[in-house]
Amino acid sequence: MKIVVCVKYVPDATADRGFNEDGTTDRESVDSLLSELDEYAIEQALQIVESGVEAEITYLTVGPDDATDALRKALAMGGDNAVHVNDDDIQGTDALGTSLILAKAIEANGYDLVICGMASTDGGMGVVPAMLAERLGVPQVTYLDEVKVEGGVVKGRREGDTATEQVEASLPAVISVTDRTGEARFPSFKGIMAARKKPLESKDLDDLGIDSDEVGLSAAWSTVDAATARPARTKGEVVTDEGEGGVQLATFLAAKKFI
Amino acid sequence: MLDHRLEEEHELLRQTVREFAQEVVAPVIGDYYERHAFPYPLVQQMGKMGLFGLPFPEEYGGMGGDYLALGIALEELARVDSSVAITLEAAVSLGAMPIYKYGTEEQKQQWLPKLCSGEMLGAFGLTEPDGGSDAGATRTTARLDEATGEWVINGTKCFITNSGTDITGLVTVTAVTGTSEDGKREISTIIVPSGTPGFTVAPGYSKVGWNASDTHELSFTDCRVPAENLLGTRGRGYAQFLGILDEGRIAIAALATGLAQGCVDESVKYAGERHAFGKPIGANQAIAFKLADMEMRAHMSRLTWRHAASKLVHGEPFKQEAAIAKLYTSEAAVDNAREATQIHGGYGFMNEFAVARFWRDSKILEIGEGTSEVQRMLIARGLGVGA
Ligand SMILES: Cc1cc2nc3c(=O)[nH]c(=O)nc-3n(C[C@H](O)[C@H](O)[C@H](O)COP(=O)(O)OP(=O)(O)OC[C@H]3O[C@@H](n4cnc5c(N)ncnc54)[C@H](O)[C@@H]3O)c2cc1C
Ligand SMILES: Cc1cc2nc3c(=O)[nH]c(=O)nc-3n(C[C@H](O)[C@H](O)[C@H](O)COP(=O)(O)OP(=O)(O)OC[C@H]3O[C@@H](n4cnc5c(N)ncnc54)[C@H](O)[C@@H]3O)c2cc1C
Repeated sequence: MKIVVCVKYVPDATADRGFNEDGTTDRESVDSLLSELDEYAIEQALQIVESGVEAEITYLTVGPDDATDALRKALAMGGDNAVHVNDDDIQGTDALGTSLILAKAIEANGYDLVICGMASTDGGMGVVPAMLAERLGVPQVTYLDEVKVEGGVVKGRREGDTATEQVEASLPAVISVTDRTGEARFPSFKGIMAARKKPLESKDLDDLGIDSDEVGLSAAWSTVDAATARPARTKGEVVTDEGEGGVQLATFLAAKKFI
Repeated sequence: MLDHRLEEEHELLRQTVREFAQEVVAPVIGDYYERHAFPYPLVQQMGKMGLFGLPFPEEYGGMGGDYLALGIALEELARVDSSVAITLEAAVSLGAMPIYKYGTEEQKQQWLPKLCSGEMLGAFGLTEPDGGSDAGATRTTARLDEATGEWVINGTKCFITNSGTDITGLVTVTAVTGTSEDGKREISTIIVPSGTPGFTVAPGYSKVGWNASDTHELSFTDCRVPAENLLGTRGRGYAQFLGILDEGRIAIAALATGLAQGCVDESVKYAGERHAFGKPIGANQAIAFKLADMEMRAHMSRLTWRHAASKLVHGEPFKQEAAIAKLYTSEAAVDNAREATQIHGGYGFMNEFAVARFWRDSKILEIGEGTSEVQRMLIARGLGVGA
């Protein structure tokens, strides 16, 4: 079978991130990398194959030129090949547009199972997997904490606030996995070397039959009007206990509506 | 020419090991260190990453990398912690390398796959209670019992790294196996599997540093191993371990560079955070210049070990460069650790701070795998002076 893992190349979450004047993400001034949450998706794909399911693993990213770094890292962890969708007209695309591009690329590649992360570490909307399933017209099981593929069915555990669900879907399907699925492996040196020789195909909108009007900033359903940096954390309030400490603490917490 | 850029795969390896050291090793190593416990889960994960197989070919379960790759991994590990770094260094350059370099095809097939995967650790027993620098003065003996076809080993080895873990599979020991025709003592290397009757491992030492690494005294009392456990040619033991140590020096130099760099990392951070007299301590030139000197030493250290490694990888003579690298980097590490502790003030003397660990771990670098005096002897000898 064919597994497609969607991986996003994101600005390093530990760096000082910001926006350009038009509200798009500033990709120039910070290093980018493979979204950490997508490493869990990669790990699950590899474990499915290691569990004995015969499958070809393809990594797919929609992103700028150097998004190939994310694909090479994924390939170093394992898997077979990668597709990079890259086109100047993609700049500024929203989640709807991104899901369209991903869906076309997935259809072009062929798929039985699409694995996504639970959310990107930058946009963080967590909507792309659901949109993808809708566009592909296949079942979706999202936010899985545990994944298994058996006899044409993908099964998993979904941990909710009030209940734990055991869910399954017949393939083809789209799933997203959480950061509770188990730590992703580090690539080995052999994996790093092998990754250099694995096929990495680059595609543009034309190749996928997508009209440039359908994507990009102008086609976005949502725009960022303004972005304000979160104010620097202020120094906490120190309560010195001179017999009234408890009361002061309670008053403080009550004022902030914590109690 | 020495190219300062790493090949893409070496750079990716560096990033991977750095990530591992920061995310996986750093949060837990202080606790192992404090308890003097061997970090089995970390070693297991390093095994899965293929670090123990870095410089060995794939046919023996290795990663098909080279000594440069090993050095890069050691540097990035030691930048965070030296105990895990020395565990890797000793396992690869002292444990597995002699078997790879001098072993028969059977010995390689038997031992290397497990050593490369990190499931098993190998140790190298050269130093004895009566002498380390003068390793030719080995007192341990091995007599070939013709009747049973076995070596009978008697003697004691001391300070042997990785020799007593739950996953130690073998110790390669040097022993006197007779006298050559010209009356010289004949030294050979013999593989002794863990658990062989007559081979006892003493409890771990109480050490100043490297507290999460495994070091023991070993004794051999009529310890019998099959004749085919001889490693390499009988009587070539001395030459063999000299060859092993030459390479090992590059690995130790990479490790020392990591420690020196780790001191810079921690100190730059601290100098920016710690305030005294109303400003960060790093705003004082006395501290800033210390940091500049530390960075210079770390930088020079990196150049010197990589240069030696580059010569080794390209099959050029590297003895002199390896000795210089070992000497320079170990002294740089000790200097940087001393300064880093100083910059941290009283906190630098508290074990919970990484620099305290660096300080305690640095001194051994001027002693193990050839003391600084031995390195100077070698370098001088290379110049055709001295003894
Ligand atoms: C505040 C903000 C600013 C934005 N600025 C820009 C901008 O400047 N330029 C721009 O192009 N877009 C921008 N976007 C859009 C955003 O990057 C896309 O909508 C994004 O690709 C999908 O949304 P998400 O990151 O929330 O994905 P989520 O729905 O959180 O992602 C879930 C999973 O979907 C998959 N996935 C998502 N995106 C991709 C991808 N690109 N490639 C492969 N797999 C993927 C991954 O598996 C991921 O784990 C912005 C979004 C927000 C919220
Ligand atoms: C934690 C730890 C781990 C170790 N791991 C291993 C291991 O895995 N395998 C192994 O075989 N060994 C190991 N060693 C041993 C180490 O290699 C030796 O301690 C080292 O080589 C020095 O030998 P020595 O201790 O006998 O000192 P000595 O040789 O007794 O030296 C004492 C001092 O005299 C100086 N000296 C000696 N000869 C001369 C000379 N000719 N000119 C000038 N000065 C001289 C030395 O430089 C040193 O300063 C380890 C040691 C430690 C502490």
